[in-house]
Amino acid sequence: MHRTATSLVALTLGLALAGVAYTDPVEDALVVEAEDGTIEIVTTAPAPDFLKDTMETIYSGWHYRETETRDLQRDDFDNPGMVYVDRGLDLWNAGIGAKGESCAGCHEGPESMAGLRAVTPRVDEKTGKLMTVENYIDACVTERMGLDSWKWTGDEMKDMLALISMQSRGMPVDVATEGPAAPFWEKGKEIYYTRFGQLEMSCASCHEDNQGKFIRADHLSQGQINGFPTYRLKDAGILSAQQRFVGCVRDTRAETFKPNSEEFKALELYVASRGNGLSVEGVSVRH
Amino acid sequence: MRRQPCLVAALTLSLAAPALAEIAPKDVPFVDGKVEQSLTGAPGDPANGIKVMTTNALGNCVACHTIGAMPDVQFPGTIAPPLDGAADRWSEAELRGIVTNAKMTFDGSFMPAFYKTEGFIRPGDGFTGKAAEGELPPILTAQQIEDVVAYLLTLKE
Ligand code: HEC
Ligand code: HEC
Repeated sequence: MHRTATSLVALTLGLALAGVAYTDPVEDALVVEAEDGTIEIVTTAPAPDFLKDTMETIYSGWHYRETETRDLQRDDFDNPGMVYVDRGLDLWNAGIGAKGESCAGCHEGPESMAGLRAVTPRVDEKTGKLMTVENYIDACVTERMGLDSWKWTGDEMKDMLALISMQSRGMPVDVATEGPAAPFWEKGKEIYYTRFGQLEMSCASCHEDNQGKFIRADHLSQGQINGFPTYRLKDAGILSAQQRFVGCVRDTRAETFKPNSEEFKALELYVASRGNGLSVEGVSVRH
Repeated sequence: MRRQPCLVAALTLSLAAPALAEIAPKDVPFVDGKVEQSLTGAPGDPANGIKVMTTNALGNCVACHTIGAMPDVQFPGTIAPPLDGAADRWSEAELRGIVTNAKMTFDGSFMPAFYKTEGFIRPGDGFTGKAAEGELPPILTAQQIEDVVAYLLTLKE
């Protein structure tokens, strides 16, 4: 009985696949017009070795969005996320510390942050802690400037995250998965494949098994985070990777984890590593 | 005053009738993925079945399945097999089993179990992202399951 059921389904599925139902990521290339020249963004790359049995190619979420949304990211002039990067720059230069310190006072220009977004989350050598960009920001804000922590997904934190991420735009994502990162990476992987909530769905159910298909009107991408933070048209604001995770887990009728929880930090590391080889997009545009 | 006992009797009757016949989620008698017995003992209403299948907060079957007989549904999903002809492929008992808990028919299926209340990891309170409090209700009621099954039985080619 079971066998008949499965083969019937295979047949129907096969038919569905042969029809128009299956939609690949759009073939297109992303070259961004920036203030000081053009930047080529790698949005398609060979899958990292650990994924080779599952998929050949990794794609940025940019490939799954409509033409109009993709176009918004081709020119910084059109990218609504740049407003937040500018706000981040003002904050960078402002003497906001308890003794009037600014980020610029210690780090000079934001260019000094080039490369950081591409390798985080990473394990800090000194403390052995897993650090996201937000964790580094928080350490400066609290320990070096004597302020209270910024809200994890509040405006200040996300403006600063946008500014810092932009400094790595065009660089390949290259987070470490081995050595001290290994236990965090394993934990993130376990979460990625756990079927949460009353709908019993994992990240993999949607972004690995069904990428390219439509769940209602949504074209399912691989759920990559090389484009994060992103400007989300639906929210008219900046969204961090862990904020996106919150939304996705909530959609499975599950109790979510919180941004900056051990769980979501580990998950961010693991999901980032699935995009090793794609470019950091700085601030991308999604719908 | 004299009317009261009558009213109470009528109320108890109308409440007790479905409760008595209804099969609770943990008691559904699966045999090889099939459920022979109606979950409510009452016949399903196919028109309400359509509503359940196309409402986001209810079955939302169209998130994953296309159904040719529902041309008005905008942007149905393409994840799962089209449901056209489902009644030619499956018996009533098989369809009831699939809608109740598809994992009993398709091992490890992506399709959610619509009449199940236990065995979840971090179950939430609906789509709030908060932890579920108290006993978790099934996604669909027994009657909604029967309504959906009644509609699926009309899908013949
Ligand atoms: C029920 C299906 C579903 C599940 C389960 C799910 N997602 Fe998503 N996810 C979506 C949809 C729909 C979108 C929006 C379209 C897209 O980009 O794929 C999305 C978008 C994303 C994006 C944004 C991609 C981009 O480039 O804009 C990320 C990142 C992501 N998901 C990660 C995850 C992670 C991590 C998990 C598990 C914790 C997860 N998702 C679970 C449905 C799901
Ligand atoms: C999140 C995705 C999803 C949702 C929502 C969903 N299904 Fe399914 N369904 C599937 C998949 C996938 C299969 C194929 C079996 C498999 O591979 O597990 C399936 C199979 C079926 C089948 C057997 C396929 C056939 O041969 O016709 C029926 C009937 C069915 N579903 C009915 C429903 C009904 C009714 C609902 C809503 C009350 C529903 N499904 C909601 C994913 C889904």
